[in-house]
Amino acid sequence: MPFRLSRTSSITTETPFGPSILQRSRRRFSSTPISRHGHLEPPKPGEELTVTFIDKEGEKHEFKVKEGDNLLDIAQANDLEMEGACGGSCSCSTCHVIVVSDHYDQMEPADEEENDMLDLAFGLTETSRLGCQVKMSKDLDGLVVQLPAMTRNLSPNDFK
Amino acid sequence: MRLSIQSTPARYSCANLARRLSHARPGRPGALIGALIGGRNGFLSASPLHKHPISTLIPPRLPKTTSRTSLSFQQCHAYTTHPSTTNPNPFRAAIIGSGPAGFYTAYRLLSKLLTAHVDMYEQLPVPYGLARFGVAPDHPEVKNCENKFEEVAEDSRFTYIGNVAVGRDVELKEMKAHYDSIIFAYGASQDRKLGIPGEDLGGVYSAREFVGWYNGLPQLASLAPALDAGEDAIVIGQGNVALDVARILLTPVDALRKTDITEAALETLAKSRVKRVKVVGRRGPLQAAFTVKEVRELMHIPGVSFTPISSSFYPENPKSLPRIQRRIGEVLLKGTPDAPPDTSPKNWSLSFLLSPKSFNPSPDNDKHISSITFAPQRFADDADRYSNAARVVPNTEEQDMTLPASVAFRSIGYKSAALLGLSDIGVLFDSKLGVIPNDAYGRVMSPSLGPGNLSAGHVPGLYCAGWVKRGPTGVIASTMKDAFTTADVVVQDWAEEVPFLGHEEGAKGERRGWDALREKVESRGVRPVGWKEWHVIDKVEKERGAAKGKPREKFGTVEEMLEVLDR
Ligand SMILES: Cc1cc2nc3c(=O)[nH]c(=O)nc-3n(C[C@H](O)[C@H](O)[C@H](O)COP(=O)(O)OP(=O)(O)OC[C@H]3O[C@@H](n4cnc5c(N)ncnc54)[C@H](O)[C@@H]3O)c2cc1C
Ligand SMILES: NC(=O)c1ccc[n+]([C@@H]2O[C@H](COP(=O)([O-])OP(=O)(O)OC[C@H]3O[C@@H](n4cnc5c(N)ncnc54)[C@H](OP(=O)(O)O)[C@@H]3O)[C@@H](O)[C@H]2O)c1
Repeated sequence: MPFRLSRTSSITTETPFGPSILQRSRRRFSSTPISRHGHLEPPKPGEELTVTFIDKEGEKHEFKVKEGDNLLDIAQANDLEMEGACGGSCSCSTCHVIVVSDHYDQMEPADEEENDMLDLAFGLTETSRLGCQVKMSKDLDGLVVQLPAMTRNLSPNDFK
Repeated sequence: MRLSIQSTPARYSCANLARRLSHARPGRPGALIGALIGGRNGFLSASPLHKHPISTLIPPRLPKTTSRTSLSFQQCHAYTTHPSTTNPNPFRAAIIGSGPAGFYTAYRLLSKLLTAHVDMYEQLPVPYGLARFGVAPDHPEVKNCENKFEEVAEDSRFTYIGNVAVGRDVELKEMKAHYDSIIFAYGASQDRKLGIPGEDLGGVYSAREFVGWYNGLPQLASLAPALDAGEDAIVIGQGNVALDVARILLTPVDALRKTDITEAALETLAKSRVKRVKVVGRRGPLQAAFTVKEVRELMHIPGVSFTPISSSFYPENPKSLPRIQRRIGEVLLKGTPDAPPDTSPKNWSLSFLLSPKSFNPSPDNDKHISSITFAPQRFADDADRYSNAARVVPNTEEQDMTLPASVAFRSIGYKSAALLGLSDIGVLFDSKLGVIPNDAYGRVMSPSLGPGNLSAGHVPGLYCAGWVKRGPTGVIASTMKDAFTTADVVVQDWAEEVPFLGHEEGAKGERRGWDALREKVESRGVRPVGWKEWHVIDKVEKERGAAKGKPREKFGTVEEMLEVLDR
C-alpha cells in the first residue's frame, strides 16, 4: 500500500449531467486503477514537501513527499491517472503535467530531450513539463500541477 | 482509501449530444443520446442503438460501499463501487491484435470493468505488434511500454491467444456468438503505394518491408535488400519511418550490434555500400511529418554529414514559427558543423518539393533500379508556405529532376486492410481511408444501421482502436490515448445497457469466449500459443541474444518459435 498522508478532495464526483454510470447500471463495474508502480519511501518527519495534483475531474490530491521524488513516481504510487509508457526514460510524452502554481520559473529548465518529447504532448502549454523529469526540491514545496486528460475529451465542438 | 470514480469522458459527450439533439429538434420526445458520428467517414447521425431519454440523467450520488477486490495485478488498488448488480455475467471481449492499441484497450477495460474478461488474438506467436516489429532496434526505451503490457497479461481475466489469425484460423462470424464484444486492434499490415512506373523494380522496397526485415518480422525474413548495389539510397516520404530507415542505413554497423536487430540484417548492413541517403519530400521542411528528436539523432551519427538546406523555406525570423516547427528548423538549419560534407565518409540530405514520377531501370540490368525521376512542385498560390498544412502544385516552369538511386524505399505510410470476414458481421471496411468506419471514439459504424435519413449507426458490440481506427499515424502515446477512449466508450455502453453482440439473436447467459472456440480451432491444425508459452520463446530469444551481447536475438520464422515450444 503506498503511503498517502493527506488528501483533500475539493470536488466530488458529481457531474452536471448525471450520476456516475456506476450507479445506474445493472452491469458490474469497478473503478479500479490497476497496476501502478512506484514504491516511494515516506519523507522523514519535518522534511516533508507538499505537492498537489489536480486530476482531470478537477479533484485535488495533496501528498507529502520527500526531496528527490519525481512527479511520475509520486502520481503512480498514489494511483493517479498518469501513465509512464516509456518507464520514465524521457522517451514519450505520457507523463505530461501542467504547472499551475508559480513554481515554473524556479524549476531547473527542461533540457533538450525533455523539450523534444514535450513537442509531442497533447495540449502543450507554456508551463508544461514531463512528470518523470521534475524532481521535488525545497524550492518546489507547495507545487501544484494539473494532469491533462488521458483520453479524447468530448467537447461541444465535436458535435458541430 | 480511494473512493473516486473513474469518469468516462464520453458520457459527458452523450449528454451534450442529447442537449444538442433536443435543441435541434424540439418537441421530439426521448431525444437520443449516444453514438456521435463525426464527419470523418462521411456519416452523420445519432445511433438508434444508444437510446436514452434525458430523464435518465438524474443527479449523482456517491457510491456507498467500497470493498476490496483481488486483481492479480501487482500492487493494485481495486475497489468495487457496485456490489448490487443483477447481471452476474462477465463481460467477455475479444481483442484482435496484441500491439499497443490492443494492450492499452485491454488495460483500461480490465481496470474499469471488474467483470471484464479479455481474450486477445494475435496472428503471430509473439505479442506487441509494432512495438516489437516497428520501433527501431536502437530505440529500446520506447519498448518499455511492454512492461505495462506484461502486467496486463498477468491478470487472471486476460487470455493471450497467439498464433491464431482471425479471419484465417477462426472466423469472425463464429467468434461473434461467444463474445459480448469484439474490438478490432489489428493495426496496419500493408503499405501505401505510389502507383508510378517502375515501383516493382528490384531494389525498390517499401519502408515497411525494410523495417519488418531488420526487426525480424517472419513474413519478411527473406527480403535481402540490395544494399550492395551502389552508393545512393533514396527514401521517399519525410515521416519518422523515413528517418528510421535513413538512420539504420547510416549508423555504423558495430553500433547496431548491441541492439536486438537481427543477425541477418547485421550481415547485410555490414556489406552495404550505401554512402548517401537522400530523404525526399513533396512539400517543404515546414510541412515534413518527422519530429525533432529523430532529426537530431541523424545529425549526431559519427562520420555522417548533412547537406545544408536552403533557408529560403523559412520566414526571415524563424523564431516567429510555432514551437514544433521552430525547434525542427533550428536543428535543420544548424546541420552538422562538425561533419563537413566534403570530408565525411557518409552523407544524408533532405530534398523538398519533389514528387516521385518514375523509378527507372538500370541500363545494365533492366530489372534493377538506377534512378528516380521527380516532378518539381511549388506552393499553391493560396497556400501559406509556413503553415504545416501548405498545399503544393506541380511547378511547370521547372524540368523533371532525375536522381541516382541504387536502392529506394517508399516511406509514404502504412495501410490497414479489411480483415477476412468483416462484412459477414456487418462491417464495411473503408478501403479508401484504410480504416474501419467508426464514430471517432471507437464504435464501429455501419452506413445502413441508422434511422430514417440519418443513415449510419453503431454495429452492436463492435469497437476498434489504434491504427485500424485512426489510420496509420501516431506514436505510442497517441495510440494509448486512442485505446483508452475506445475502452471508455465500451465501458460506458455496457453501463448504459445498449445492445452488445448476440443481443439481436436473443442470446442469453454467459459467453464462453475462447473456451468455446478452442477445440474447433485446434481441429483445423492451428496451434495456439498462450502467454506462458510466449514467455518460453521470450526466454530463449534473450538467451540467444545474451550469447552475442544483444538484448535479444529474435526467431526469424514462426516454425522456429513453435519448435522451441514443442521440442
Ligand atoms: C517503423 C515504425 C517505427 C515506430 N517507432 C515508434 C517510436 O519510436 N515511438 C513511438 O511512440 N511510436 C512509434 N511508432 C508508432 C507505433 O508503433 C504505433 O503507434 C502503434 O504500434 C500502433 O499500434 P496498433 O496496436 O494500432 O498496431 P500494431 O502495433 O501494428 O499491432 C497490430 C497487431 O495486430 C496483429 N494482427 C494483424 N492482423 C491480425 C489478425 N488477422 N488476427 C490477429 N492478429 C492480427 C498484428 O500482428 C500486430 O501484432 C512506429 C511505427 C512504425 C511503423
Ligand atoms: N521515433 C518515433 O517516434 C517514430 C518512429 C517511426 C514512426 N513513428 C510514427 O509512426 C507514424 C507513421 O509514420 P510514417 O513515417 O509512416 O508516416 P507519416 O508520418 O504520415 O509520414 C508520411 C510521409 O509520406 C509523405 N507522403 C505521403 N504520400 C506521398 C506521396 N504520394 N508522395 C510523396 N510523399 C508522400 C508525407 O508527405 P505529405 O505530408 O506531403 O503527405 C509524409 O512526409 C507517425 O505518426 C510517426 O510519427 C514514430
